[in-house]
Amino acid sequence: AVELKNDVVLTGTLHSVDQYLNVKLLNVRVVNDAKYPQLCALQNCFVRGSVVRYIQIPPEHVDTELLQDAARKENATTGGGANKK
Amino acid sequence: MAAALKEWKNKIITVVTCDGRIIIGELAGHDQVQNLILKEAHERVYSADEAVEQVPLGLYVIRGDNVAVVGEPKEGDHVWDDTLQTDPLPP
Repeated sequence: AVELKNDVVLTGTLHSVDQYLNVKLLNVRVVNDAKYPQLCALQNCFVRGSVVRYIQIPPEHVDTELLQDAARKENATTGGGANKK
Repeated sequence: MAAALKEWKNKIITVVTCDGRIIIGELAGHDQVQNLILKEAHERVYSADEAVEQVPLGLYVIRGDNVAVVGEPKEGDHVWDDTLQTDPLPP
């Protein structure tokens, strides 16, 4: 599920993501469709990274060990370059 | 850049802007920062107490900073519900 800064929550299949964290979702369903029926006509959508408040991923779809390792490595490489303390 | 908008070029799309407006038009062009060019654009204004108001805009350029969501309507050319009465999207 992707929650936007304007309080709209969209859920769907993650198709792609880019470096700006723009997200493309397929088969979207508006979670609060009673409140925001204007968007129910959409099937696929592109969400700009700058309007995302957060992205929820069910834990069973995520390999948390791999994610933690990747985050640690990313922190090591960027921390080594940018860390001035 | 995996998440480009090119597959929707020349298609009718729905754009939600950062101030909560909904604009529908044919995507004539776009660039990496999501500046959009829409042909035959019109804005659908929803309101809790009035019927949906359609404002024709013709050729429109929207700066990418102001784009929140770009969407493709479902297949099957469905009827836009002109009688929908609801609160507008928040900014």
